[in-house]
Amino acid sequence: MIPLNHFLILGALLFAISVVGIFMNRKNLIILLMAIELMLLAVNTNFLAFAHYMGDLSGQVFVFFILTVAAAESAIGLAILVALFRNLRSINVDDLGSLKG
Amino acid sequence: MDFTLILFYVFGALLLGSALLVVMVRNPVHAALFLVLAFVTAAGLWLLLYAEFLAITLVLVYVGAVMVLFLFVVMMLDVNLDVLREGFWGNLPLAALVGILMAGEMVLLLVRGFGGETVVSPGAPAKGFSNTKALGQVIYTDYVFAFEIAAIILLVAIVAAIAITLRTRKETKYQDAATQLNVRASDRLKIVKGMK
Repeated sequence: MIPLNHFLILGALLFAISVVGIFMNRKNLIILLMAIELMLLAVNTNFLAFAHYMGDLSGQVFVFFILTVAAAESAIGLAILVALFRNLRSINVDDLGSLKG
Repeated sequence: MDFTLILFYVFGALLLGSALLVVMVRNPVHAALFLVLAFVTAAGLWLLLYAEFLAITLVLVYVGAVMVLFLFVVMMLDVNLDVLREGFWGNLPLAALVGILMAGEMVLLLVRGFGGETVVSPGAPAKGFSNTKALGQVIYTDYVFAFEIAAIILLVAIVAAIAITLRTRKETKYQDAATQLNVRASDRLKIVKGMK
């Protein structure tokens, strides 16, 4: 059988890869959204591993809700992206300085 | 070596490889397609954890809906890739440092102190066990309030996404029902008497 550690290490590596992706694609908003999706996937894999090895279904329920919220988040994120591109003709993060924050 | 262990290594290598390609490739369309591959292999891994319902949900909802939305948006936007890739490799030293530190810390913690190797897998569920049925029994009883909240979140997301992207074009002709209802006969109709 597969040890629990294997799934946890896989989740940790996937999370680290998406952090690297966020650092490297600092200008491309689309790839940033994709890296966030990968992070959520890593967290979900951890939840499911614990749910299986502890014999508790609550982990699966939590993954269910994370999937729901992530779908809503990406829908709104892409809508903001489309509205942004319509106004600025660009999705470069550096161009989003109009609030001067 | 156990067959499930081989499956785990194959799926895990595919997942990590496609995740690396998602964040590295130049073309966002290719990145979206590699993200699809990552989700499908993750669904395979979830099947190894006996989470059948969530695995098929990941394929249906994520690959079927969210990634199609991503592809649609990526193809609709006409972005200048040269500007977006500017300074991409310049970020590599910092990104690699942070990534290797994070991965190293987490892996070291898991290997050295966590004791995950001693956890015994409960194995496959009994014959005739339905993951979907068990999940439904938990969601509609213990977690029914959270389920309702999730439904409201989805509704709010639909309304917000439409409200953000909806625009009224100036050149399009459309009816304003409020103005139509407010019209009076005296505004439109004038009776002229005594003209011969």
